Amino acid sequence: MDLASIYRKLRLIRRVEEEIARIYPSDKIKSPVHLSIGQEAVSVGVCDALRPDDVVSAPYRGHGAYLAKGGDLNAMIAELYGKETGCARGRGGSMHLIGIEQHILGGSAVVGTTIPIAVGYALALQREGQGGVVAAFFGDGATEEGVFYESLNFAALHKLPVLFVCENNFYAIHTPLEKRWSTRQLCERVRTYGIPAHLVTDGDVLRIRHLAAEAIRSMRAGESGPAFLECHTYRWREHVGPGEDYDAGYRDRDELRPWQERDQAPVIGARLEPSERARLDAEIESAIAAAFDFAENGKFPEGDDLFQHVYAG
Amino acid sequence: MSTPAKEFRLLRYVDALREAVAQEMERDPRVFVFGLDVDDHKGIQGSTLGLREKFGAERVFNTPLSEDAMTGVAIGAAMAGLRPIHVHIRMDFLLLCMNQLVNIAAKAHYMYGGAARVPLVVRSIIGKSWGQGAQHSQGLHAMFMHVPGLKVVAPSNAYDAKGCLIAAIRDDNPVIFVEHRLLYPTEAYVPQGLFTVDFGRARVCRKGDDITLVGVSNMVMECLRAQELLAEAGVHAEVIDPISLAPLDIDTILESANRTGRLLVVDNAWTNCGASAEIVARVSESPRALRGIQTARLGFAPTTCPPSPLLEQEFYPNPVKIAAKVYEMVRPGEARWAPDAERAVLAYQLQFRGPF
Repeated sequence: MDLASIYRKLRLIRRVEEEIARIYPSDKIKSPVHLSIGQEAVSVGVCDALRPDDVVSAPYRGHGAYLAKGGDLNAMIAELYGKETGCARGRGGSMHLIGIEQHILGGSAVVGTTIPIAVGYALALQREGQGGVVAAFFGDGATEEGVFYESLNFAALHKLPVLFVCENNFYAIHTPLEKRWSTRQLCERVRTYGIPAHLVTDGDVLRIRHLAAEAIRSMRAGESGPAFLECHTYRWREHVGPGEDYDAGYRDRDELRPWQERDQAPVIGARLEPSERARLDAEIESAIAAAFDFAENGKFPEGDDLFQHVYAG
Repeated sequence: MSTPAKEFRLLRYVDALREAVAQEMERDPRVFVFGLDVDDHKGIQGSTLGLREKFGAERVFNTPLSEDAMTGVAIGAAMAGLRPIHVHIRMDFLLLCMNQLVNIAAKAHYMYGGAARVPLVVRSIIGKSWGQGAQHSQGLHAMFMHVPGLKVVAPSNAYDAKGCLIAAIRDDNPVIFVEHRLLYPTEAYVPQGLFTVDFGRARVCRKGDDITLVGVSNMVMECLRAQELLAEAGVHAEVIDPISLAPLDIDTILESANRTGRLLVVDNAWTNCGASAEIVARVSESPRALRGIQTARLGFAPTTCPPSPLLEQEFYPNPVKIAAKVYEMVRPGEARWAPDAERAVLAYQLQFRGPF
């Protein structure tokens, strides 16, 4: 395990999104941004257990998973700017990041839709027989969609190599779990499909990494089918947009404090040599500055570009 | 010397579908077939029979009743490089797939900037008669025509069924493949080998100068019967089969309508916002349309489909209604005329027995 790499990813995601939030009022990013700030440990922990050729699927709050899987930062920021140099050539925006080279499937704005697509991808990987797996990220809201249960059932039935990862931040937009779930026993619900399920309540990135690695090892060996991780986490910013919303009345800032206290970037960073940490921080800052420059300097698609990519071939 | 592809023989529509899939599966190991009941003893009214025995359970397999997720699975597998054929024994069930088809399959190539492709075929069968009723009879093709990124084809005969299905499997885009249950036993001369029928090219099935008659799916058959009966009454209809609805070959229809001055579109669906509305609108708004083309449409009655036989007869267009409408358009001043109803009954309707 490479603590420096884990720290770098945690810090990178945080700083990229802080920079997005900083620049957002300039209106250069005309894209609805759903920031992962506070939730980085889940995607970083899971992706650190993946091989480069494993596949990641993420929903619209997908900046974290995209960067954790090694997605191109320049192409991501350019996509937020709507530029031709973006990862989706300016046709997707923040909610539809994609990275084919890094095996990152495209994001979707419709909650739950990416889950069966991840399962279908896993079906193809199973046929390939190279031990590849898919990590499918989604939020607590997605587990209320029927397609989630349909997907669990099919994946379990065919023993497909999918690690389902629920980032449970307790809110679907502004509606808390108490108004949406009849019981909190999500892992128990999933286990009834014969899928091993684990709950991580404290956001510990190393524990998430460990559980993901165990599940993936067993899938690669063909010893088991899909597995499930429910990771409690917390969205520090508003549902969509750059700011905070603790004064909006639907949640209290007191909820945030324990998550800030165990924020994983400083926890892991404290285990590194100060000089190494400083070097990584500096690299991150320069990569971010370069990415925003890249986005600024890219061309907007225009005119007849509108009609590109409606149909393939 | 003829190539194998040119060796024609009479083949039923249902067998043409099965042959197309079998030959493509033979050619391309990425092709697989799945859906509810594709591998049971009835094999989707015979159209998938024997495929599992030939290609194995990994390439031909049944699914849970989870149309939403199974459509997503098909899309994911397609993005990963496989070429799925997802089969639905009735088109009505596609309503359970709409989110995946409209929000992902249609848009993936565009919204991911060309980085993803969804080479997916969705086979769907429209039912009719024997009490199919409200939810086994719907022709929902216009819903899919509405959405950029999807292709929609509705072959009316065994030749086009095979050629279109092969073309659909080879297409890098999601294709909604519309089949009509009553067409399954109908026969046509079909090449033995592999061939494709290109999308976006309509076929003029019968030449005529008095009116342009466009039929969709099985309505091509009904229009052809109406054409024969009209010819006996001295009215000569040109019958056009668009074959593919998206893309739509409006030029062939427009050229014909410009020549005949009259256009009647008959759809196996409701007319409201339907394929017939689209065809008439595109002809009307074309800068190349000559002035004064008379247009009309026939389709399902604007009701839910009833199972009871007399109501069902009222619900659907048929050769009598088509012929009467044509006659009225071509000879507006004359007394109304309709062919003998007995002579307008189509064999495929008489042959059909249930239960499904």
